[in-house]
Amino acid sequence: MTVMSIQKMPALSVDRLVKTFDVSAPWLNRLIERKPRQVLQAVNDITFHVPMGGCLSLVGESGCGKSTVARLVTGLYKPDTGDIRFAPGQDGKPLSAQMIFQDPYASLNPRWRVKNIIAEPLRELKLRNSKAEITERVEELLKTVGLSASDGEKFPHEFSGGQRQRISIARALAGEPRFLVCDEPTSALDVSVQAQVLNLMRRLQDEFGLTYLFISHDLSVVRHMSDRIAVMYLGRIVEEGDTEDLFAKPRHPYTQLLLETIPNVKHPHRDRVVAGGEVPSPLKPPSGCPFHPRCPIATARCSEEIPPVRTLASGTRVACHFVTEQ
Amino acid sequence: MTSDTSKPGAIPPPTMLQRVRDSDIWWSFTHSKSAMFAATVLAVLILAAVFAPFIAPQDPYDAAQLDMWKAELPPVWQEGGEWPFLLGTDTQGRDLLSAILYGTRISIVIGLASVALSLLIGMTAGLVAGFFGGMIDNILMRIGDITLSIPTILIAILVSTVVRQLLPADLREIGASAVLIFAISLSSWVQYARTVRAQTIVERNKEYVQAARLLKVPARRILAHHILPNTLTPVLVAATLNFGMAILTEATLSFLGIGMPPGQPSLGTLIRIGNQFLFSGSWWIVLFPVIQLCLLVVVVNLLGDWLRDVLNPKLR
Repeated sequence: MTVMSIQKMPALSVDRLVKTFDVSAPWLNRLIERKPRQVLQAVNDITFHVPMGGCLSLVGESGCGKSTVARLVTGLYKPDTGDIRFAPGQDGKPLSAQMIFQDPYASLNPRWRVKNIIAEPLRELKLRNSKAEITERVEELLKTVGLSASDGEKFPHEFSGGQRQRISIARALAGEPRFLVCDEPTSALDVSVQAQVLNLMRRLQDEFGLTYLFISHDLSVVRHMSDRIAVMYLGRIVEEGDTEDLFAKPRHPYTQLLLETIPNVKHPHRDRVVAGGEVPSPLKPPSGCPFHPRCPIATARCSEEIPPVRTLASGTRVACHFVTEQ
Repeated sequence: MTSDTSKPGAIPPPTMLQRVRDSDIWWSFTHSKSAMFAATVLAVLILAAVFAPFIAPQDPYDAAQLDMWKAELPPVWQEGGEWPFLLGTDTQGRDLLSAILYGTRISIVIGLASVALSLLIGMTAGLVAGFFGGMIDNILMRIGDITLSIPTILIAILVSTVVRQLLPADLREIGASAVLIFAISLSSWVQYARTVRAQTIVERNKEYVQAARLLKVPARRILAHHILPNTLTPVLVAATLNFGMAILTEATLSFLGIGMPPGQPSLGTLIRIGNQFLFSGSWWIVLFPVIQLCLLVVVVNLLGDWLRDVLNPKLR
């Protein structure tokens, strides 16, 4: 599937995306306390492509800008600079995107019945017109995600986290998207339920030919889901490559460090390189390579020069001064 | 995981009545003596006020029914008391019970109307300020701050004096209640605006609102269908407690002589009239309207307190 889809036109191209947030104190406080304006660099010069029918995952620690990318792609935030382009669909218009959210408890309006939650996209996008058609489609969607038609009458609080996430998926599917942005859809769920939801999402991908932009901090989840993985650190992509390639041969020191942290049943007491330090504040990002304060192989050059993104022969893109073709 | 929800022939969805009877609020209501007591008393008071024309022995607004010879009669159980003037009469021979029933009617109507109007102003301001933020938020909330920095009674006096001067003389009597409603709501909308604004800011950033924004649902509909219903709980409590406050404010203004005119007395007007005769021995003219006013405000506040406790998730 991977080889096939890469040759096609990418479903989504993101080019040199930048997003900053003004997090300054109110102007009166700034005036009195003589504080400068504070700008948070959430996403810094990010470029990636999602192949048609494929799944690209963004991984990284919390606060690295993953969710901001998701919201930029779906249009909830406006980018400062940079381009977001969806490939044209069959009707010539850009592919429509919907989103699955992280928190299944906040993503469904507690005062709406499930049938109305799922019917909202149908009504707003005028995908179905008569009441009967809407009811029929809602029941169909409920069954698609593994719930029963009678669940439509209930309220969200009557469901478990996993069931709520299924409702969330049904709502996203109701908009008839070709592209789904999934912002940590399983991080709030139990491990056993995670697997069910992930399997459901894979099934839907095959069934409806969906393209996913999948965001997670859980590498094992990502490995299960994605064709390609982009590793983010402090608003930048430090490495992007095909899933198995990246797991087999991580190039960037940060990716290596991330893979080190995955528990391994076969080697429970292996030697690990413990990650030193913490993610620096995105308010004051370090000079040069953002990872240099924690990097085991950093030199003086790393604190001065931002490493350019280079594409290796294997198709892996990596931003590090010391990664060479091997 | 889904096995229990996919049973064939599942239980039909409950009807409205069943849902009310199964709700926490109903359970809590039937288990709270003070709430049941307050609700019963309030229901009696409201029913008596609504059906005043059928219950009251006299129409206190109709000057032709007043008899000066029957002025300042004490209650029936006192010496000199006369049937049907159960609670006695005032200085113009007006039956006090009738005046109280009609007065309660005015007080309740003005209380409800001013709460409704201030809810409308306050919730609109709060929703708009919280949802759009920035400059609009700043302007609306500073107007609110200024309103709060002037005492309620002062605003009400100011508004009612100004409006009264603007109204032609023949409209003043008729417009008195409208002026009161306007004055009271203008001074009490800020509390709703603040509550709703705070809640709106919380809800605005929740993911279900973002999901609606992804669908390009217009802001007006997001506010009305998504955010507004989720801000109602604290507003409901505040509105109940403010209903009592509005009745009191109306009574205060009427007592000060800038509320309802003596021709169509509210409870406050009755207390003002009676107050002048307190030391001449006609104690009943002031006492009964005061009891009625206290009873009304106390039961409303009891209900409000109960509602606040029930709807507070931290006390569950």
